[in-house]
Amino acid sequence: MIELKDVHKSFGQNEVLKGITASVQKGEVVCIIGPSGSGKSTILRCINGLESYDRGEISVEGLKVDRDASSIVKVRTQVSMVFQRFNLFPHRTVLENVVEGPLFVKREPRTQALERGRALLAQVGLAEKADAHPPQLSGGQQQRVAIARALAMQPKAILFDEPTSALDPELVGDVLGVMRKLADDGMTMVVVTHEMGFARDVADRVLFIDGGVIVEQGPAKTLLNQPQHPRTQDFLRRVLHPL
Amino acid sequence: MKGFWHDAAEFFPILMSGVALTIIVTIGSLLLSTVLGLIWAMMRVSGIKVLSMLSASLINVIRGIPIIVLLFYLYFVMPDLGVTLSALQAAILGLGIAYSAYQAENFRAGIEAIDKGQIEAAQSIGMGWWLTMRRVVLPQAVRIVLPPYGNVMIMMLKDSSQASTITVAELALQGKLIASSTFKNTNVFTMVALMYLTMSIPLILLVRHFEKRAGKK
Repeated sequence: MIELKDVHKSFGQNEVLKGITASVQKGEVVCIIGPSGSGKSTILRCINGLESYDRGEISVEGLKVDRDASSIVKVRTQVSMVFQRFNLFPHRTVLENVVEGPLFVKREPRTQALERGRALLAQVGLAEKADAHPPQLSGGQQQRVAIARALAMQPKAILFDEPTSALDPELVGDVLGVMRKLADDGMTMVVVTHEMGFARDVADRVLFIDGGVIVEQGPAKTLLNQPQHPRTQDFLRRVLHPL
Repeated sequence: MKGFWHDAAEFFPILMSGVALTIIVTIGSLLLSTVLGLIWAMMRVSGIKVLSMLSASLINVIRGIPIIVLLFYLYFVMPDLGVTLSALQAAILGLGIAYSAYQAENFRAGIEAIDKGQIEAAQSIGMGWWLTMRRVVLPQAVRIVLPPYGNVMIMMLKDSSQASTITVAELALQGKLIASSTFKNTNVFTMVALMYLTMSIPLILLVRHFEKRAGKK
């Protein structure tokens, strides 16, 4: 359902994506791993048009992703995003954050949106925080609200941009737990992450990206346990055994 | 001192009619400058180059012309161009336009202070530019913008006295008229000053309240 064909992207002189070709099937969980600055997050940001790309083509459910076209709104309502730094709206309550998109973008009836919003908060284990404001929550709780906000759009896929990188270590598990449940329920997910355990257990496929190209890809367990490319081997060694 | 109270009682009603006009000019130009300032600021952050450059040059032109010249222009020059404004209209228009430049810069600073992640989050749930502004950016920018906005209110209250130069009989002009016909300069202008101060103090307290609220978060 998500197709990338020879996607190139430069920031000024710096070419961060040097021809990315990949696809994500419906119901698939794909993890993108790689060193920082390798272009992982840029790929996600190009998929939902937060970033433009210079060459190649990206499509979601057959719809071309073009951030300057009006169809981009349709793409974004189908592909939600969860950010590293949560980016919840601090001036609105947790529940209002969740129903903001359904109410104001999709124009759903209020009672219906609120009802589903509460159900989603219950699903991420935060029903009792509905009326709190985001700054009153821990990072892990905020990220779970952000996931509920993404789900509220009833997307066909969710992009996760390092969802646990800004969290205290003891809060990572709650967020990964929610994500694992989503994967079990059949949600299509693209996850940029440094959580190799999550990638191994939950992902169907892993892409290793370095220097703006896909160096290696394959089934999660195969790639993580028996990496073929020396750069993948080197990266995994340094991530898994930093000392 | 006895003389002062006697004069105060005598001139108070006349000066109060000036106060009424001062308040009308201040509120009128405050509203106008707010609306215009918002428009300039929105143009500035629209991401559309033509609009943003137009707004930037407009702001610079307005900032570069003294308020008093702007008032003269509206009141004395516009009739030559076939547009005749009453003194009050010219005053509100002139002060409103003059202050719209400062309002615009203030609003823009508030808008640009909002974390980029907020805008991306709004976009990621399918919000367009206007919805992002209305639901996400502006409500958060208000908190940042309010303290300087309060200061602008105080400055406008005082600068409304410049309307006296185009015959608006507001507080400063009424004071000047009484003083020049009675020669009681000290008493009259002391009263005028006290009356401006009395109007400013609630605004000063309001600014302090805004600052406290902005600091809380």
